[in-house]
Amino acid sequence: MEPVDLDFEEADLELPSEPMTLLMGPSHPAMHGTIRMVLKLDGETVQDVDIQPGYLHRGFEKMSERGTWSQVFPYTDRLNYVSPLLNNVGYALAVEKLLGIEVPRKGQLFRVILGEMSRIADHLTGNGAIAMELGAFTPFLWFLKAREWIYEACEEQTGARLTHSFFRIGGAAFPPTEKLQSQIRSILPRVLEVIAEGESLLLKNRIFLDRTQGVGILTKEHALGMGASGPVLRSAGIDYDVRKDKPYLTYGECDFDVPVGEDGDTYDRFMVRSEEMRQSCRIIEQSLDLMKKIAPGSPEDAVSITDPRIVLPPKEKVYSTIEGTIAHFKLIMEGINVPPGEVYGYTEAGNGELGFLLVSRGGGNPWRVRVRGPCFFSLQAAHDMIRGKMLADIIPTFGSINMIGGECDR
Amino acid sequence: MSKLILERLKAQFGDDILAVSSFRGDDVAVVKPSRWLDVARFVHDDPRCDCTYFVDLSAIDNCDPRTDELDMDDRFEVYVIAYSVAKKHRVRLKTRLSGDEPRIASVIPVWSGANWMEREVFDMFGVHFEGHPDERRILTYDEFKGHPLRKDYPANRTQPLVEYRDGTFNKLGPFLQDEGMPLNRSVLPDERQ
Repeated sequence: MEPVDLDFEEADLELPSEPMTLLMGPSHPAMHGTIRMVLKLDGETVQDVDIQPGYLHRGFEKMSERGTWSQVFPYTDRLNYVSPLLNNVGYALAVEKLLGIEVPRKGQLFRVILGEMSRIADHLTGNGAIAMELGAFTPFLWFLKAREWIYEACEEQTGARLTHSFFRIGGAAFPPTEKLQSQIRSILPRVLEVIAEGESLLLKNRIFLDRTQGVGILTKEHALGMGASGPVLRSAGIDYDVRKDKPYLTYGECDFDVPVGEDGDTYDRFMVRSEEMRQSCRIIEQSLDLMKKIAPGSPEDAVSITDPRIVLPPKEKVYSTIEGTIAHFKLIMEGINVPPGEVYGYTEAGNGELGFLLVSRGGGNPWRVRVRGPCFFSLQAAHDMIRGKMLADIIPTFGSINMIGGECDR
Repeated sequence: MSKLILERLKAQFGDDILAVSSFRGDDVAVVKPSRWLDVARFVHDDPRCDCTYFVDLSAIDNCDPRTDELDMDDRFEVYVIAYSVAKKHRVRLKTRLSGDEPRIASVIPVWSGANWMEREVFDMFGVHFEGHPDERRILTYDEFKGHPLRKDYPANRTQPLVEYRDGTFNKLGPFLQDEGMPLNRSVLPDERQ
């Protein structure tokens, strides 16, 4: 038998030491389908990362300039497609700010209730995804079960499960159905129970704790400079929530807390989302109570304003009177006549501050609709959460940002 | 409350603040392009403004190709929104750039988060940011020609990375250059052909 070739120089036996380039995504299961990361690896350590978004760019802002103000609503559904109603509310409020109008009280409460339901659905998905990507499939399925109940309630109110396009400039498409109070009140305790069950599976799990605690840390200063918002910002210890700091709709009347993290790691982001769901339940219950107190038949007891220049006339009038037909025709064909101006309207959406910068030059079409999608900013901050850490830590870190392609790439 | 920032800015920069307004409660200051970075730094560093939270940076194209010249003055408005978490006030700084070779200083030294937003403005509007460390397209791809959010960019133009093919296919279109969907509200003159 021939001996192994022993003539190698010592240097030849060393492994190559230059960093390796690894492409992760866009069709990687943990990249949620739409992000590509170019990683420079030293062993398993990430030396540098280039995050490349844009694979879901649809030209939201360009499309919005080509239709009427109302025709933007279906596009907003597809921004953060896990919580579409919050985007509807954000856009409606921004246009109403430009018009200088306010929705009646019942309409405001209705927006708060459905919006917070959407927020719970959003956080359930986000937290479920973190768990699933770490191999814990059961909490994910449990959370989705609860999300299904929320979708059913939203379907009862809006007629659609996911892409509702429900709110309108000046109100909502329909008033709440009779089942609003009973259905939501029966869902909330069950949702809270599911959240507690899901947490009980994770928060005493050594693997889950080891893989989330101290991973993907975002410091306070960095979070501020990067413009991260929502749970990502609050987990870093900054107490900023648009619902508290600049209350819109009826949030000022509700008693709720803003959970704030300490370390800014993946675990904190998970816990902030968990606690926010509980606070959302509190808001919904209080809003349902407030809605009950509205006297029937009073001016407050309407979901939409009645200005015929803004809100479509009721269908009976459209089909039976000439005034109704003309108003309908003008609003559909020409759009709402929004006076010239420029505003920045912002709300707290599932992932943070959702801003719309609207520019009108008068007439029925927007001149510019700029969306400040919160994930785009959080994703930018992910660069420093990932760099210098292990390759496997990318998965929970990226999951905890809850990047939603529709909102990030627009 | 938040008028404070505008007053501070006017006291500090005088005529370099071209205009201020507070339409619907949004405080806006229009800044001379040459002082863009200085004003941004002041808003960030001044203890009474304290706007350390970076909210947004984007641009607006003010040119209507049906009536205006494409290289008009004041064609692009670049704005940045900053917020103070402690003082709960925000300000929108704006500057106006000419349509011919628009250039402005980058504000990354002030807010590091401006990085991607400036890349997006470069991608969508073709505004260059001086001192930007990494000026690449971000939402479209490198081979993309033109800047889609400019008003003179036709909305129904297609720029496929894979060439359009001839022949018949067992799939539904669009495959050919003129099969794209016209989004036809305000059609620009050069789209009609």
